[in-house]
Amino acid sequence: MASAAGTIGAPPRRGRWSPGLIAFYAACVTLAAVFLFPLAWTFVTSLKPTAEIVATPPSWLPRRLTLEHYRGLDEVGQGIVRYISNSVVTVLYTIVGTLILSTLAGYGFARFGFWGKNALFVMMLAPLMIPFQAIMIPLFLVLRELNLNNSLLGLSMIYITAQLPFGTFVMRNAFASVPREIEEAALLDGCGQIRLLFQMMLPLVIPGIVTIGLFAFFASWNELYAALIYLTDEEKYTLPLLLAAARSNPGLFGGTNWGGLQASVAITMLPCLLLFVALQRYYVSGLSSGAVK
Amino acid sequence: MAVAVDRVLTQPGRRPRIVRAQRRAAGFLFVLPAAAFIGVFFLVPLGLAAWVSLHDWPLFGATSFTGFDNFMALVRDGAFWRSLWFTTRYALLVTPPIFLLGFALAMLANARAPGVGLFRTLFFLPNVVGFGAACLLWYFMLNDQYGVINAALRRVGVLEGSLLWLAKADTALAIIIAMVVWKTAGGTMLLLLIGMQAIPEDLYQAAAVDGAGPWERLRSITLPLLKRTFALALVLSITGSYLAFDQFFILTQGGPRNATTSIVQLITNTAFSSFEVGYATTMAFALLGVLIVLSSMQLFLLRDSTQY
Repeated sequence: MASAAGTIGAPPRRGRWSPGLIAFYAACVTLAAVFLFPLAWTFVTSLKPTAEIVATPPSWLPRRLTLEHYRGLDEVGQGIVRYISNSVVTVLYTIVGTLILSTLAGYGFARFGFWGKNALFVMMLAPLMIPFQAIMIPLFLVLRELNLNNSLLGLSMIYITAQLPFGTFVMRNAFASVPREIEEAALLDGCGQIRLLFQMMLPLVIPGIVTIGLFAFFASWNELYAALIYLTDEEKYTLPLLLAAARSNPGLFGGTNWGGLQASVAITMLPCLLLFVALQRYYVSGLSSGAVK
Repeated sequence: MAVAVDRVLTQPGRRPRIVRAQRRAAGFLFVLPAAAFIGVFFLVPLGLAAWVSLHDWPLFGATSFTGFDNFMALVRDGAFWRSLWFTTRYALLVTPPIFLLGFALAMLANARAPGVGLFRTLFFLPNVVGFGAACLLWYFMLNDQYGVINAALRRVGVLEGSLLWLAKADTALAIIIAMVVWKTAGGTMLLLLIGMQAIPEDLYQAAAVDGAGPWERLRSITLPLLKRTFALALVLSITGSYLAFDQFFILTQGGPRNATTSIVQLITNTAFSSFEVGYATTMAFALLGVLIVLSSMQLFLLRDSTQY
């Protein structure tokens, strides 16, 4: 926390309720309400009986709470559990793949000298310069060639590739900041390279691992565009794809079903909100490692 | 690395050259799996894109080499230019409010006051929600009969009856911009905040000693030293806007009458509804060219030689 001195209308350091401080909190509370309201409204709506959802004017607080819309999601398409598990499987593939590949590559870049190292590192960062949307269509041809189209595994391969530049970068910095003496001692004791990495180094770079795992989660849990292109069977749909399909095909939710729709939005949002609140320290450190460099 | 290697090499009983070669091979092997992913799922498609764009390449069936015909056709393609202009307009309209709100939020969140961390978290929350969820959430709020937005506008007397936000291109664009600002301003806040917190505090103290007021400090310390962060946030915001897809695909489905078809949406439709993979890839190349030019321009305009 630096530079309250640079802030307009900043509150004085020792809190008395000066007009400036009151204005400060009034602004914060108003803005927070604006940002929170749509999120809260989804949860509130999903817990209201249908009669209250379609009441005019809207009932701001539910008079009666019900879980009927969540139970009804069983009837949506192949049942909501199917789409949740598709999303979970895709996210797990993505996180595990990203962690393994970024950790190995980050360690290799941080601690070894080999021919072509700098060129390879630039190559690893290349996707940061060229957005994936630009190569999505030829990528479809590649996946089709590898028999990986219309599969959650194939989709997560793309998510992993998209996460690798950031992941490699973060892990290289994490390993580079571990004192070399630890490795030297282990190497002198005859410890093998693989054991050294997994037993000694890995516990020291846990913050980096949490950071890239978290980014991999958000990217793969929320991703719509690639999923839309590569998944064609309804039974393979991930949650964002289910939501997009619900808009173009209300029949999927059994006609206009605001409660069910908002319940599935709530289910899609909730893990993101909880994970962010619990792990935001790692999120911010990931963002600053990208922003400062 | 040289230090560690040298110490290991001085160990008796080890043959230096082999150890060094082993370490080189080990380093390469550690990097190899990740590099292979980038190769197969990024570099190969990128090369393939260049090749495909020179062909009449249907999604299914035989392909034929057509040279630069696709690029020639693109220059004369009204739908492409309309969509590029629409996407440009969207980028120009959505970026200023994101920056103004993001900056205001960063100023608030940078204050030293109890509870400010909580507000920072709350401002940022919509950012972690995906576009799919955000769109469907707003879709209900926008509903003409049951939506809270119309209800609130009726309450304050701005609106009588009900407004179908997504039925007209202008109101659809306006409401999508509102949604995107709501969803992304917190991200810009966080980037600017990280930049603000990297500014050394003694600059502010020195300025205060010299009698500079808050506005003066903002104008001559905060803003100039945030230049690099602004450049980064601006490039991210403009690039993100040019790549916009989800919000238009879900909320307006490109309509009414294709008036809100973003460029990525047009590319996708060309490939997977008209099955013209070659031509769609040509469009993607053109978009990539636009993005590279725009990003370099922004980085040049906001280049920063400040030392502190």
